Amino acid sequence: MPSVATSSDGAATSQAEVSAEIEAIEAAYQRAGVEETQPRLDYAPYRSSLLRHPTKDLHHADPEGVELWTPCFGPRDVGALEADLTIGQRGEPIGERMVVTGRVVDGDGRPVRRQLVEIWQANAAGRYIHQRDQHPAPVDPNFTGTGRCLTDDDGYYRFTTIKPGPYPWKNHRNAWRPAHIHFSLFGTEFTQRMITQMYFPGDPLFALDPIYQAITDRKARDRLVATYDHDVTTHEWATGYRWDVVLTGASRTPMEDS
Amino acid sequence: MTAMLTATPGQTVGPFFSYALPFDRGHELVPPGSPGSIRFHGVVTDGDGTPVPDALLEIWQADADGTVPTATGALRRDGWTFTGWGRAATDDEGHYSFSTVPPGATNPAAAPFILVTVFARGLLNRLFTRAYLPGEHLAADPLLASLPAERRDTLIATQEPTGFRFDVSLQGPRETVFLRYPGHRA
Repeated sequence: MPSVATSSDGAATSQAEVSAEIEAIEAAYQRAGVEETQPRLDYAPYRSSLLRHPTKDLHHADPEGVELWTPCFGPRDVGALEADLTIGQRGEPIGERMVVTGRVVDGDGRPVRRQLVEIWQANAAGRYIHQRDQHPAPVDPNFTGTGRCLTDDDGYYRFTTIKPGPYPWKNHRNAWRPAHIHFSLFGTEFTQRMITQMYFPGDPLFALDPIYQAITDRKARDRLVATYDHDVTTHEWATGYRWDVVLTGASRTPMEDS
Repeated sequence: MTAMLTATPGQTVGPFFSYALPFDRGHELVPPGSPGSIRFHGVVTDGDGTPVPDALLEIWQADADGTVPTATGALRRDGWTFTGWGRAATDDEGHYSFSTVPPGATNPAAAPFILVTVFARGLLNRLFTRAYLPGEHLAADPLLASLPAERRDTLIATQEPTGFRFDVSLQGPRETVFLRYPGHRA
């Protein structure tokens, strides 16, 4: 077993040490040969997880009652303009205007229709509108970085936003997060509820990032990376990315769903 | 039924959700103090017993007579419509609080519970748990029956004069039982 820090104070740890821990865990994962598809909850290179992961196995539950259903959202909940993060302020935000769109389906490939998708992100300089973000990069007065929409009848969502920048954090010395957009998703049953992060192709910070690497399986990690799609890019306006989401399998059958 | 597609991985909610996910009256499934309302609250702690000030909890539940809500409008509360869903961030002392109604049983044989989802900085994927209301009907519940007594208690809320208390321990001697549903993979 590789030695790992037991403190969540990572200021003294170097990137090289964290990278060595990441590589050791991935090597052990590959030797074990049992496929994983989700992040580990117990992942020491991400120091904040040390005291915040359950140590006991998740307990099997057969879904019943409300677990088989999901909250309903409608036009009353989400305004049409909330899917465009570049408007609603006095001026235009700075950065690369981009569209991100994709389809939300369940584990059987059925579209998740008219369901809530929420996003939040840093601005082009890598700064969040959040009082706890002390990164000395400029706040953009024309960009809050939050958006919402409902999926359409085929399960598609679509946001117009600004490409977020990478930013430093305090996991270890000189730690930087790859650029990402946070996504919050609901399914057709509440057991499908999930929050994740969408990344951009080819980010040089991937190998260094303990949050992304907490997903030990390369194929699984790749599922969080959007694809540049020139068919989404629009003439003289915005670049385009496509990112589809698969939620866990639903328990109810379509027949029961009527 | 086995899912054919592999689910997209989750990731931590991170430290910066509080300007994005909480919304006005998100924790008020019914107006506080309205007839029949209860408080459903507790503290989220880590493996040292330290309160977690940057967690986000969601609850999803039936109404008082056991009906699963289908009304929209949770994000724009009108004070009258029960949507069954709410969202609350923990405060600096790790405390969260909802105003809601006690859920009824969705079928006569079932023990009523509030479904709780936990997100937090440092927590790499969401966790699900159930907060059962205390009472004799719990003895017949298959999930509770499948747990040793000392762990079972972590899923049973404590009655208080104004409602129910449900503490969440992410790690440690009183670690809450968190759930894996059939569609969930490691």
